[in-house]
Amino acid sequence: MATARKTKSDYGGLYKGHPGQYSWILHRITGVAVILFLFMHVVDTALIGWGPEAYDRVVSAYANPFIHLLELGLVLAVLYHSLNGLKITLIDFFPRLVTHITGISVATAVTFALTAIPTAFIMLKQTWDLYKA
Amino acid sequence: MATTTSPRRTQDPPGGSDQRLGRERPIGGGELWLWLFMRISGLLLLVLALGHLLVMHLFATGAERINFGFVAVRWASPFWRTWDWMLLMLALVHGINGLRNITLDYVTRPGLRLAINMTSYVIGFTLMVLGTIIVVTFDPSKWPGAV
Repeated sequence: MATARKTKSDYGGLYKGHPGQYSWILHRITGVAVILFLFMHVVDTALIGWGPEAYDRVVSAYANPFIHLLELGLVLAVLYHSLNGLKITLIDFFPRLVTHITGISVATAVTFALTAIPTAFIMLKQTWDLYKA
Repeated sequence: MATTTSPRRTQDPPGGSDQRLGRERPIGGGELWLWLFMRISGLLLLVLALGHLLVMHLFATGAERINFGFVAVRWASPFWRTWDWMLLMLALVHGINGLRNITLDYVTRPGLRLAINMTSYVIGFTLMVLGTIIVVTFDPSKWPGAV
């Protein structure tokens, strides 16, 4: 197995030069994207407590085709973060699996592709329908 | 705990620090509980968040069909109110702790670190309170004729 060279800060491991760094950085980027969306989403959903006029005016933005494309990005980000998180949890709870890290990473990537492609297909069709409407 | 500049103590795996991929497991205390929480809540969120996305975005049409009436019907069911509330709380704590981990890794100036962490704690706490109040108290009969 390739040796992971780590740049060790006092506050955690920021490893560089290992293939795992790409899934690590993607995990962080998707995580930040999802929590920033969540901040907004809690607020837009909370508007339901101010009645139909306020709520419907704001959530009608979700019918915009461009916003709908962002929605696809959100779904793919959550999907990636979930599957990669499952991989992390699996290896953390069963550390000996680390010897199979390559196989597990490939399995994660394949699972992501197999779920992301139909998801993108379904949601792009929704986007197209919104664009035509 | 959360905003100090003291190093977080971690334990290397048996093969040495080079054998560990990703975040090191903390030795103990609150950091170890948070480390465990991230993984357990992650597994729960896998079901809650992916289920939420499947139901709201993939089955039938997407989020464009959502309006006041849609939510009123959906939240008539205690099952969905409970689902949404659990998703709200777990996702916020998981996400805020994730932001904190990232801040501790990349922001070394103590004042800036404190400011960023405090800001995200305040936002997170506010949204938990706001979301909980709305999920618990929402009553569509206050707007007759809207559903």
